[in-house]
Parts: sequence; structure tokens; C-alpha cells
Amino acid sequence: MIKAILIFNNHGKPRMSKFYEHYTEDTEQQIIRETFHLVSKRDENVCNFLEGGLLIGGSENKLIYRHYATLYFVFCVDSSESELGILDLIQVFVETLDKCFENVCELDLIFHLDKVHNILAEMVMGGMVLETNMSEIITQVEAQGKMEKSETLTLLFICQSMRQSQASRFSSKIS
Amino acid sequence: MALKIVKGSIDRMFDKNLQDLVRGIRNHKEDEAKYISTCIDEIKQELKQDNIAVKANAVCKLTYLQMLGYDVSWAAFNIVEVMSSSKFTYKRIGYLAASQCFHEGTDVIMLTTNQIRKDLSSPHQYDTGVALTGLSCFVTPDLARDLANDIMTLMSHTKPYIRKKAVLIMYKVFLKYPESLRPAFPRLKEKLEDPDPGVQSAAVNVICELARRNPKNYLSLAPLFFKLMTSSTNNWVLIKIIKLFGALTPLEPRLGKKLIEPLTNLIHSTSAMSLLYECVNTVIAVLISLSSGMPNHSASIQLCVQKLRILIEDSDQNLKYLGLLAMSKILKTHPKSVQSHKDLILQCLDDKDESIRLRALDLLYGMVSKKNLMEIVKKLMLHVDKAEGTTYRDELLTKIIDICSQSNYQYITNFEWYISILVELTRLEGTRHGHLIASQMLDVAIRVKAIRGFAVAQMATLLDNAHLLTGNTQRNGICEVLYAAAWICGEFSEHLEDPMQTLEAMLRPKVATLPGHIQAVYVQNAAKLFATVLRKHEGETDSQAAQETSQLLIDRLPLFVQSANLEVQERASCILQLVKYIQKLQQKNVEVAEEVTALFAGELNPVAPKAQKKVPIPEGLDLDAWINEPPSESESEDEKPKAVFTKEEHKHSRSRHTEVDEKELARRREVRKQEQANNPFYIKASPSSQKVYDAPGVEHIPVVQIDLSVPLKVPGMPTSDQYLKLEEERQQKEKAERKKKEKKKKREKRGKERKADSGPESEEDIRPAHQVDIVTEEMPENALPSDDDDKDPNDPHKALDIDLDKPLADSEKLPVRTHRPEVLKSPAEDRVNESIPQETNKGSGKEKKEKKKGKEKDRKRSKEEKKKKKHKEVEEELLESQPEEAIQSEETKEATAPPTSTSTEASDLDFWLCSAPVPPAAQEETAPSSAAAVDTSSAAAPESEPDEPKDAEPEDTKSSKHKKKKQKKEKEEKEKKKKKRHHHHHHHSDAGGEDSVQNGTVEEEEPLPPMSNYSLLAENSYIKMMKEDADQVYDIQGNHQDESKVVVSVIFENKSDSFLKSMEFNVLDSLNSKLQRPEGAGPHDSLTVPFQLPPGVSNEARFVFSVQSIVMPQKLKGTLTFIVKSDESSTHEKLDFKLHFTCTSYLITTPCYSDAYAKLLESGDLKGSSLRLEGISMPFHHLLARICFHHHFSVVERIDSCASMYSRSIQGHHVCLLVKTSDQTVSIDAKCDEPSLLGNVLDEIKQTFSKC
Repeated sequence: MIKAILIFNNHGKPRMSKFYEHYTEDTEQQIIRETFHLVSKRDENVCNFLEGGLLIGGSENKLIYRHYATLYFVFCVDSSESELGILDLIQVFVETLDKCFENVCELDLIFHLDKVHNILAEMVMGGMVLETNMSEIITQVEAQGKMEKSETLTLLFICQSMRQSQASRFSSKIS
Repeated sequence: MALKIVKGSIDRMFDKNLQDLVRGIRNHKEDEAKYISTCIDEIKQELKQDNIAVKANAVCKLTYLQMLGYDVSWAAFNIVEVMSSSKFTYKRIGYLAASQCFHEGTDVIMLTTNQIRKDLSSPHQYDTGVALTGLSCFVTPDLARDLANDIMTLMSHTKPYIRKKAVLIMYKVFLKYPESLRPAFPRLKEKLEDPDPGVQSAAVNVICELARRNPKNYLSLAPLFFKLMTSSTNNWVLIKIIKLFGALTPLEPRLGKKLIEPLTNLIHSTSAMSLLYECVNTVIAVLISLSSGMPNHSASIQLCVQKLRILIEDSDQNLKYLGLLAMSKILKTHPKSVQSHKDLILQCLDDKDESIRLRALDLLYGMVSKKNLMEIVKKLMLHVDKAEGTTYRDELLTKIIDICSQSNYQYITNFEWYISILVELTRLEGTRHGHLIASQMLDVAIRVKAIRGFAVAQMATLLDNAHLLTGNTQRNGICEVLYAAAWICGEFSEHLEDPMQTLEAMLRPKVATLPGHIQAVYVQNAAKLFATVLRKHEGETDSQAAQETSQLLIDRLPLFVQSANLEVQERASCILQLVKYIQKLQQKNVEVAEEVTALFAGELNPVAPKAQKKVPIPEGLDLDAWINEPPSESESEDEKPKAVFTKEEHKHSRSRHTEVDEKELARRREVRKQEQANNPFYIKASPSSQKVYDAPGVEHIPVVQIDLSVPLKVPGMPTSDQYLKLEEERQQKEKAERKKKEKKKKREKRGKERKADSGPESEEDIRPAHQVDIVTEEMPENALPSDDDDKDPNDPHKALDIDLDKPLADSEKLPVRTHRPEVLKSPAEDRVNESIPQETNKGSGKEKKEKKKGKEKDRKRSKEEKKKKKHKEVEEELLESQPEEAIQSEETKEATAPPTSTSTEASDLDFWLCSAPVPPAAQEETAPSSAAAVDTSSAAAPESEPDEPKDAEPEDTKSSKHKKKKQKKEKEEKEKKKKKRHHHHHHHSDAGGEDSVQNGTVEEEEPLPPMSNYSLLAENSYIKMMKEDADQVYDIQGNHQDESKVVVSVIFENKSDSFLKSMEFNVLDSLNSKLQRPEGAGPHDSLTVPFQLPPGVSNEARFVFSVQSIVMPQKLKGTLTFIVKSDESSTHEKLDFKLHFTCTSYLITTPCYSDAYAKLLESGDLKGSSLRLEGISMPFHHLLARICFHHHFSVVERIDSCASMYSRSIQGHHVCLLVKTSDQTVSIDAKCDEPSLLGNVLDEIKQTFSKC
């Protein structure tokens, strides 16, 4: 089981957090801080595994993380997950983000938190890995994106037609 | 209306959207909190609008704020609103917000049930998908229960996208609603072979997750997984399966054997490191489960170790880390194969990555042996010196101590070396493990008698150089060591060369800067040293030295008397007075040494760590009871602490001013001894050691001569190294000697010389330098056996420990939402719309066939079969007459079925496992264990059988009387047979209740409660009487309005080797109940039992009692007299018993239809009462079955976890129950027209459940 997925930047600012067990908002923030503290003090090119912080289950859980430029991607998992497998999964996640946002950067995550969540939801569900095949994930994400677009388009269409009708009414009044 | 919506969406364009919010927050870095609070106000405004688009936008922003740590639970209702939007875009926003902030405590969650159900059945797959994703995050027990069926349907959805999500979410549903596991499992299993790899992977995922917690229930899936493992190419699936096998192999060693080959193939063939690593891990698990020593597996171990070495040597730190991790698993069972890679592991200690160093340290722990301990520790000491950062250094320190002290100092051959290591470790600056070192010093000094001399010398040096330790930093953890040093010097002061000097060191003014508890030890041990000094100088004519010591103490102690620490002050003032007194005596030339030493007499023995826990609680001691009743609230608060304080003050002032005279001293000593003798927690001195300073048994210990001058004179310098050299020399010398010896005598058994030698290298036999005699730890007398039950009762996975091979019972079907709850109407109606037509039809078809055969009455048939048939007959009869019983009998049918099916499952597995290419020797080895496993699985079957017919008995009672009479003969006959066959069973079940005369004795097991209604009446060495609980009750209301007759059947069993005859049964009648005697007999005459009993035979007799009032339980005293006739003699014997008539026994199971039942309740004639039972963990249908069986009720109707039950007494009282259950609590509301009867029945029900 995956207990939590956290993304934060080099200063510990949370960019996305997904907890698969319930914690209060305060505890969540503490966990993020604690995890950041544990992860950030590690050098580059040391191993990517470490024991979980006390708040999120201690030594029963492992933190598996990757550091990309300004962002840390941290998965907190229990012993049923394969360490190397999760590392691969993080890679898949990041590559998927990259494809969906076209050269993803920290700002993309900041401004499109909902989209990041939606992508993640196609990979991990309720703490269990749902899909690891990147093309499948992207297909589903894009299909849902299209649906959303079509819905907003209809909305816009209604708007436009309403404006037109208003205008015509206006013009008819004038005339 | 349309205009309004559109207008809203235009307005929306002027609202802040998520991007604006984020931008805003980024632009207000200085007053972020303030900005966000204005934003939240805006959001609150937006949420008040009707426009769903505006609301969705607001909720989306809230999701972002939630991530920043803001509580958004106040918007829960709005989130639900957005979730229920028909637009996918908004719905998704709503579900996302819900998944981020809903949890079990959210109350609006129950409003979502219908919405979610609607979304789940939506024609758009993404609506369903979004609902499933959301639900996976916030599913509650209620949601799980209500939606389980819908999700189960989705598991067979046409779209794989939905299927995989539905499969995956089932795990969450199981966790929250364990009852759904059994009904859903077959379909889940089916999904393992789904054509879509994603669905397959999800199913594997869920089953692995389930199996990890309760592996034994999933063993039967092993063949299927094996097939998947050999066929699948998806690494994710493979990894999961391989991990699962790792969890299964410990339960079934044969599985491991079968796995090794494909796993090794995978190891050779795969290029994916993750898969390789998991394979290696599982192979290790397999090897651990197969008790080693098999020659053909050493190749696998070699392969693993070799692959791991490659991992460890890899430049990728991750692989290195995992390699070390896996290596440590091998280490536990095959230490030798790892030890050859010591070089590699020591190399890892130099790695720049701390977590790798720590893993390497873990490995070292297991790699030490007597031979390499010193070398490894030396290496670690080097690392300690150069380690930067206190955490890692502290870790090293603890590891060194762990390594050395593991399994009772098993690997330490030279304790002088170890003490030196400890002393060297004290030079570590800033460590917080001072207390650890201190406790090691104490432990070694106490437990290794031979080392005391050396230890004391070292400790004296430490004390002398205390300033080096305390240094400049005041709060230095290392000064804890001085605590140990002072204590050791004091306690074993007889070994001190110059006690005077040490005494002086201990009384230096600088000591006053140490922490209080250390000062206290200093003061106390100064007194011990003083005693030693006195003793030393006792014989001398010149008492100068002794008097100087007294003077020293008198001079220095006042410093401690002024201490702010109470403990120090108290001890110091006490000792000061003592010394003053002794000084007086000295001046009079009185010899006092003996008395002073006696103050500190006695030997301290180490106590086992768990000793205290294992002291059994004496009988009759209730630890929870108040010693004194607690004082009333008002006075307790402020007075208590005051009292304690004044008392303490008082004590101090007194102790300071009392003059201690010798008489008083002696008296106190006596009192102390007395107290110690009576104090169970004081470790008593063995009688021989009334302070024997020359410890007995030390002489025989060979102590190697070692030049101690160096470590003593250069304090604080590394000294342990020389032991390494010495050790090497010694070993060489020994080797040479051994060679010589071997030349002389080929094999001289060494084992006898050394008892405590059990290192893994015992064949290499390194002889310890000290034959150390590690004093064994004391345990209290009659210590309780270990009772370590670590299972966390709160673990949610415990509830999922469910036998999945059992076929489904009807009661376990997932609740399907219907408009009307299932109510049993009248029989005719019921037969038409039978809720489970398939099963019953099948069943009745079979029954008819069976019945035909049954009529032939083939006597040769096995009894079991006959019983089944019999059972079915009953069942059919019930089907015909009393439909509500169908449920019950269905259940009992269930009860017979499972054991057979599990055993077939088990044998399938066996078959599959046996086809594995296993070396014959190995097969032999495992065969018995597997046989045993099958045995246990099928053991439940015979055990439950004897009781089944009895299950039917109360039902018989209900069926029409003429039928019953017909059956009765048959039944009796059968019972007799059964009794003969199954007597052992009764013995078992009644073993515990020798004195009990109550009902419901058998201790029942959870899954299939076998219920017996025979309870032990009385027993002696000749005969055993058992009373049938469910007394056959005859209702003869016609004749006497208020007198009823009760038949009691009693089984008599002859337990002796003699013939029993002339048995006479008599009961002392009470006003209320009388034994029915033949006409003409007096009221005190006894009844003759109409049979004799040959040895080992049992028979049943029935006695009729007439009862006046049935509202109260009755106890009747009785006696059985009989003649025991053996070959030589015949004697009269007597057995007393008590007959217990419970109120239950006056109830007759009577069917009642719901409409009649409702009328009865409406009539208002009944008086109510209720009962609550806590901590009932059995399933609800078991509970009902139990009430039906033990208390003669029948179920009127049942809806979910609520049931109404009915019964009638022989005098026509109606008893109605409403039983409700919610997690472990059962509440029973009862109504009856006779309150006292009701009260008693409820009490009896309570008793029944308190016993299980």
C-alpha cells in the first residue's frame, strides 16, 4: 500500500499532497515538514530510500523519493511495495506529467493542482497502483480532458448565443 | 431560468479562479495568511450562490487551500452539492475535494450514498471512474456496506477501465466491511484471469494485499498464482506475485521447493533489477522456510549471495542499499555464506551514504563470531573516531555495544578487552548514550564475577580522572558513566588496591557539580568504601589510617549535606552522623569494622528482564480493587500533595538529628533483614553469601595473566588494541597446543569443559580467555510461561481473517437494496417467493432422492451418512411446516459442508504440491506435517458432527407430536450409538465444568459453533451424570391450570471397571417442584433407575417433575445411590448432585408469524425489560442460532442486524425479544406478560453469552 504521495519543492513548499489515510490538516502539514526535513538533508547520489518519519508510521513505512530539479517526489509506502518498483512508478508519474503539460515545470504543478491530481488518480487509486502503462494513463487523462473541454465549450456557446440574442433584442428595441 | 445560469457563468468570469488564487497568494508573500483569509471569505460568498459553476470554482480553490493546511471541512455540504452536478467537469472537482478532505468523521458523507450509487451506474464510464476513485479515498463502513453490491456488479463491467477500478476498490470495501469478503471473493478470483492485463494486475494487487495480512487463507490460490507467475510478462504483476509467495512459503515448505526452480530461472533471465531483487528476496524466504542443510539448496544460496554481491558492488546506491538489506535476511539463517563477504560489507562502512553505512552496521551485528569480534570492533572504533555528526557516531556506539552484548555476551572471549572498549568509548564527546555504557559496565561487573577485579581497577581510574569526562560541558551525557564507576568501586571495593585514594577521588568538591542521582551514588558508595577501609585497617595496632579516613569523610560530607538534591542530602546527612559515631568509637578503640561492613552485606543478583512481569498474581488478589475507598471529590484535590510534602519534611529533620547508637543500628539491621525477607521484590542473598567477600567459585576460574600497568597508568588512551594482539598470540599458542594434544589424543571431547559455548563457529572452538561464569538471571518462582501476544487488537486486517474456502451461507449474501425488507409472511406465501430459489430447489431435489434411499434403511451404511440423511429429513419436514426454520437448518447444513470442501481444497493443493520434483528424503520430512495440516482442517468435521442431530432436537420438539413419538425410538437408539462413539467428545467439552450444573457449557468455536445441550451434573470415580439441558417439556395444561410437568433426561455413564447396579435416584422435593413418583410411594422414596451399567457403558433415564410456578429458576438437591460390584467385592456408593431448572427450560420453541407477533406487541399486555451485552464478537446469525438453541426461541423476522424472536412458556406466557447488534454490542429488548420470568430468562441469556 502507498500511504501518501507528496510533492514539495526545494524549500519544503507543498506542491501536491495526497494522503491515503486520514490525517488532520495540521498533521498533514507536519508530515510534509518532517518528510522534507528527512529528505532535503540527504546528498544527491545517495540512495533513494529511507525510513519513514515518526508521524507516518515510523520504521514500518519507507520513504522512496526522487529529486528532479526543484521538486521532490516522495512516496511513503509499506513493506508490500517493491522499492525499485516504486522508483520506476515515480519515473512514470513524472514522465506522464511531462507529456501532459509539455515540458513540465514547478509552475505547471502550482497552477494546475487539479490536473495533477487527475493524472495521479489514473495511476494510483486508494493507495494501490492502478496503472503503470504510461500510454494508457495518457489516453484516459486526455479522454477526460476532452470531455471537460466539450462541456465548457457548450457553456461558452450558450454564452455567445445569449449575447447575440441580447444584442438582437437590443437592436430590435432600437428599431 | 436559463438566463440565470448563463448570467452566472458570465459573472464567473469576473470571479477568481484557481490560477488567480495561486497568483494572488504568490503576490502576497508577506501577508499570505491575511490574503488567504480574505479569499476564504470570497469563497464563502461564492458558495452561497445558486450557480453550480461558481460553486465548483470555489470548491476547486478550497482543494488548493486544503493542501496548504487550511481546514475546509466546513464546506463539506457544498462539496457534496458539486459532486452531484450532472456535468463531468464539476463532478470531478467535487469528488476530488471530497477525496482530499472527507473521512469517517464527516457527517455529510451519509448523504452521498445515493449520489455515488447513481454515479456508479452512470452510462458514462468516466462518471463511474471518478466516483470509484473518490470513493476509494473516503469509503466508510456504512458506504461500504451499502455500495458493496453495486461495486461487485461493476467488477464484471464491459469496460476494462471500470473493471480494474472496481476490483481495486474492493480491497477498501473489505477493510471497512469484512462481511463482504466471502461473497465477493469468487468474482475477485475470477478476475485473476481477466483478459485485460490491467484488471488482472488489479486483482493480483488486491489479493496480495489481503494475503499479506492473513496468508494462510490464501494458500489454496497458490497453484493459480504459480500459473500466473510462469505466464505473465508484466513485471508489476510478477513482483506482486513473487512478494506474495514470499509471504506464503513460511506456511507451506513444499511450495517453496516448487518455487525455487522458476525463481532461479527468473533470476538468470530477467534484466529488470526490481524483479531480480524481489526474486532473490523470495528465494531467501523460501530458504528460510526450508530448514537448511539441504545440499541442493546451497547452490541457490550461492546464487543469491552472488547476485546480491553484484548489487552491492553496483555504483547505484539504491541497489547497494537493497543488496545489503537482503543480505541481512540471508544472514539470519546462513551466516556463513554472508561472512565470506565481510570485506565488502566493511567497505560499505566507508560509504558516503549514511543509510548504507547503517545497513552495513546491521549486517555486522550478525556477522561477528568469537574469532572476528575483536577485529570488527576495532574497525568500528576507528570509524567512531573519524565519524562526523553525532547521530551516526551514536549509532556506531550503540551498534558496538549491541554487537558485543548480543545473546548474553556470546562472542566475547575476553572481558578485560570489553571493559577497555567501554572505557575507551567514554572518551566520546557529546554522546547521549552515557547511560548505555554505564549499564553495560554494571551488567558486566555484576554478571561476570571473574572480571570484577579488573573492572574495579579501571573504574577507579575513571573516577580519578572524572574531570576528563565531565570536561567543560555540564550537561554531558557521558557523566552517566561515573554513576556506574562509583557503584562498581563501592560494591566490589574488596578488589580495590587503594580504596583510600578512590574514596578521596569520590569526595572531591568537583563532584558536587554532577547530576543529583550520580552524587547520591557517590555518597552511598563512599560509605561502602569507608567500610572497606576500616576492615582493612582493623587488625593493625596503629589506628591512624582508619581515623584519617573517618576524618576525611567528616570533612567532606557536609558539602553533600548542603546539596539541593533531596536524595543526596538525605544520604549524606545519614552517613555523616554514622561516621561521627564511628569516630567516637574509634577513639575508644572499639572494633567497629565488622558492624559497618554488615551495613552493606548481601550480594546483588541480576534479575531477568521479564521477571517482574512474570510474577503470578496471588490468588484472591484483585489488582483493580480499591485498597481504600477513594475519598470524596471535594477533599482529594488540594490536600493530598500537601500531606506528602509535610511528611517528607518531617522525615528529613528527624533523620538529621537522631543519634545512632549501636543497639538501634542492630535493630534496624534486623528490621531491614526482616523486611527484605518479606519483600518479594527484593532480591535475597543466598544464605551462604552473608557478605562473603571472597566470592566462592572464583578460584576455579583460570585468569590469564595480563600486564595491567599500561591501562592503569595511561588513562584515556586506547588500550583495547593490545588485547587484540594478546588474543592473537593466545589463539596461536592454543592452536599449537591443540595440535600437540591432537597428536597425543585424537579426539578429546571438549564439550564437557565448556557449557556456555554455542557460537556458530563452535567447531572452530575458540577458547575464551576467561572461563566466565555468567550468573544466570533470576526468575520468580512459578513464573508464568511467556505470554507475548503482540497482535494489535485494533488492526483492521484482523477482521479480514476469513476462511474463503467455505461455501457461502445465505446470511452472508451482500445486502441488496430492496424496497421492502425480507419478512417471512405465512408459509404458503413464503414458498412462492422464496428468496433463494436455486439453492433450496437443488437441496430438496436431492433430499427426495435421499429420502427414497433412506426408506430402505440400509444398515450397512456408515453412520455419518445416515446422520446427514436424518438431518435432511428433518430439514425437509421443516421446509414443509415451518418455513422460518429453513434459514436455521440451511445454516446447519452449511455447517456440515465446509470441512469437506476445505479438505478437498487442501487435497487439491497437496496434489499440486506433491507433483513438484522433490527429493524423496525431503518429501518424507514434510509429509507428516502436511498430513497434520489436513488433519486439522478436517478435524472440525467430526467434532461438530455429534452435535448436529441435537441441533435438530429442539426443532423436533416443535414438530407435531405423533411424528415425534415415531421418531423418538429411532432417536434414542441413535443417541445411544452416538454416545458410545462420541463419548470422548463429551468428556472434552465438560472437562472444565466439574461443578457447574448450568446450561450451555461447551466452549464454542467461532466459525461453526457446535452446540451441545448436555451439561455435567455430577461425577465421581465410578459414574458420571449428565443432564440434558433442553429438557423435554410436556404441556399438560388441560388438567391442571397451573401445574406443569417437566421431563429431565439424565445420561449415566459408568467410568469404572466394575459393574454398577441398583441405581436409585432421589431428589429432595421443594414446595414448587416435585419428582413424580409411582403411586403409593412416599414423598421421600427414591426411584429405581431401570437399568444396570456394565463397565464403560452409558445409558439415559428420564425423570418427570411437576412444577407449580415457572417464573423462577429452581435448584433441587438430589442423590444417586448405587452398588459397585467387582469380582471380589460389592460396595454401596453415593453421589450427590444438584438439578438446576432454568427458566429457559420452561420455554417451548413456538413458531410465530410476523403479523401475529405484531398484534401481540400491540396488545399492550406485555411488560418490557432490556439487556445489553458488550463485547460479543460472533456473527449475528451465530448469535441468533445460539439464542434459538439454548433458549428455545424462534426467529420471527430478521432485517440486517436486527431480529425479532418469540417463544412461549409451558404455561402460556408469551416472550418476545428484539435483538439488535452493532459492533460487538448486542442489545436485547424483551417483552413478556410475566416480568419475573422475563427477568430470569434475560439473566440466563446473559450468562450464555458471558461464557463465550
